[in-house]
Amino acid sequence: MKLFSNTDVVIALILVAAMVFIGLINPAFWQLPNIFSLLKSNVVIGLMALGVLLIMISGGIDVSFTAFAVAAMYLVVRTMVALDFDGVIIPFLCATAIGALLGLMNAGIIHKFHMIPLIVTLGTASVVRGLVLGLVGTSNVNINQMPEALIEVGRANIVTLERANGTTFGLSAMIVVYIVIAISIHLILTRTMIGRSVYAYGADPEAAKRVGFKTGRTMIFVYCTAGALAGFAGLLHSSMIWLANPRDFVGLELDVIAAVVLGGASIFGGRGTVMGTVLGVFILVMIQNSLILMGIDTTWQRVVVGGMLICAVAVTALRDRRALV
Amino acid sequence: MSQTNATGTTEESFGQRLIRASSHTNIQLGVICLLILATMTALRPQMFMSSYNFESMAFFMPELGILAIAMMIAMLTGGIDLSIVGVANLAGITAGTVFGYLAGEAGVGALGSGAVIFGVGVGLLVGVLAGLVNGLLISGLKITPILATLGTGQVFIGLCLVLTGGPAIVGFPPAWTWLGNGKIAAIPVPFVLFVVLCVGLSLLLSRTSFGLRLKLIGTNPKAAIYTGIEKGRMIVFSYMLTGGLAAMAGILLSARTNAAKSDYGSSYLLQAVLIAVLGGTNPAGGKGNVLGVALAVISLTLLASGLQMMRVSNHLINFVWGAFLIVVIALNALRSRKGR
Repeated sequence: MKLFSNTDVVIALILVAAMVFIGLINPAFWQLPNIFSLLKSNVVIGLMALGVLLIMISGGIDVSFTAFAVAAMYLVVRTMVALDFDGVIIPFLCATAIGALLGLMNAGIIHKFHMIPLIVTLGTASVVRGLVLGLVGTSNVNINQMPEALIEVGRANIVTLERANGTTFGLSAMIVVYIVIAISIHLILTRTMIGRSVYAYGADPEAAKRVGFKTGRTMIFVYCTAGALAGFAGLLHSSMIWLANPRDFVGLELDVIAAVVLGGASIFGGRGTVMGTVLGVFILVMIQNSLILMGIDTTWQRVVVGGMLICAVAVTALRDRRALV
Repeated sequence: MSQTNATGTTEESFGQRLIRASSHTNIQLGVICLLILATMTALRPQMFMSSYNFESMAFFMPELGILAIAMMIAMLTGGIDLSIVGVANLAGITAGTVFGYLAGEAGVGALGSGAVIFGVGVGLLVGVLAGLVNGLLISGLKITPILATLGTGQVFIGLCLVLTGGPAIVGFPPAWTWLGNGKIAAIPVPFVLFVVLCVGLSLLLSRTSFGLRLKLIGTNPKAAIYTGIEKGRMIVFSYMLTGGLAAMAGILLSARTNAAKSDYGSSYLLQAVLIAVLGGTNPAGGKGNVLGVALAVISLTLLASGLQMMRVSNHLINFVWGAFLIVVIALNALRSRKGR
């Protein structure tokens, strides 16, 4: 199995170099609690990034998934509070389904009207956010109202260690969920027909159609999966921070897109791997979280993320450089 | 030799051309404008037709209109500029910071119109430079406009945060706020500026070779290169123009509100795209005119002010924008399919 393609190795090397660099500036970086919390912050962005990866491989781009994540999260949590329901599996299934349905809307509009995905998703994002805030509500569901079961999920650890002073810290169990989903997406992309069709569609939609792929089905698969992952990640996020905020995730889409591009996916479509994306997410989250460790003011965070995005696209653009036009 | 003759005929055909070119979408838009006006008047007669309402729209509309025109120019070459709001805020904040330095102890209130003209120059320069960065990334490094401007937009907003440290810059010189709140012969200054810009840009795009070349690049990039158009340079110029216009919008925004902040006007991005597309701009490039965008911004402003009067929440107005954008896209797609 060729898990590491060429680009992935380069990204992995960059990651290692960055880790060594940050570790040299501030050795606190290497302490286990920091590493564990880094891994934990990977989960939500990572799940969303896997969805965006699918979309980018198919040659599209999506800025609406954060809105879908908010919609799924807020609708489910509010319903749970209203019904006084305390479960885990049904809510997560519902959130995933809401995300998938909203993704279906994207797929339908983009495929039916042959419209630029960016503009469609800008529109659907505004529609969904507007409806959630305008019709469902604008108030947070705070920790005292949050369903107990969700909080328990967010708290679950697979490893719990004790610090010298007696307090404990652990590695969130959500990381397992993330890894399982990442491996599934990897297998779907590399081992199934629908996965191959995503690459084919991204490389050349017309050619994909002519060799017999049902491109409509591909689009539905891509956008529904992205929506579903976003919905799932949204609810997971709220159970990890014990809060459901309908204004959450504003601007997160850029971080996620930056992570996917850092991971070597091409905006032109047809290129990108799960491994690369997972590494890209790790680099982004690590650098964001380490700015404080490195003694850089947090106001610089957005400049750094934007700069990283530009560098990453510049490098991939040089790699993918096409002809004159 | 046939100079007079030639100009005479172009004058005539220009008028005809204008009508022909803008006939479809623009007449439609004009009708939509009137329809919205009539509906809103019927629903809220006293409030809607008041001169106060129209005056406040004339103060509020130009920022959005200029941003939409900036977006349209980026779309002419088949690109898009997602950094316009960042550029707008950066221009306002840089000017505010400059005023802070200039005034020192005395306070910004003491600054005269000379300083303000300098501030406007600095703001516009920031915009043009930001556009230059975008243009170089897009034409030099061949980065897709979406990602390039998404990235630079973050950098610009980030720089706003670095310059201000988070909170808004409040308090601009009086001459600066006059730009956003003053009147010339009972007409709001921003509106006057908007009209002047519209006329100027309309001439630039329809009557100069610059405008024609931009549209050619958008229609068929390959053919444009074989025609000898220096595509790279033209694209850089178009993004510089977009950046300058975005900065102008930012100046008006900060002048009207007497404040500048890193996250002002963040909902303007979607609206600018919507208005540009609604105004007959083809996001794939090659098509777009100032008149259409101006009509689109007027009709949307009328709609927004009407909805606000009916006490529709701002969130639902956002929903209406998004839905409107999708419906317009769908209609355009259906129409072009029928045309084929």
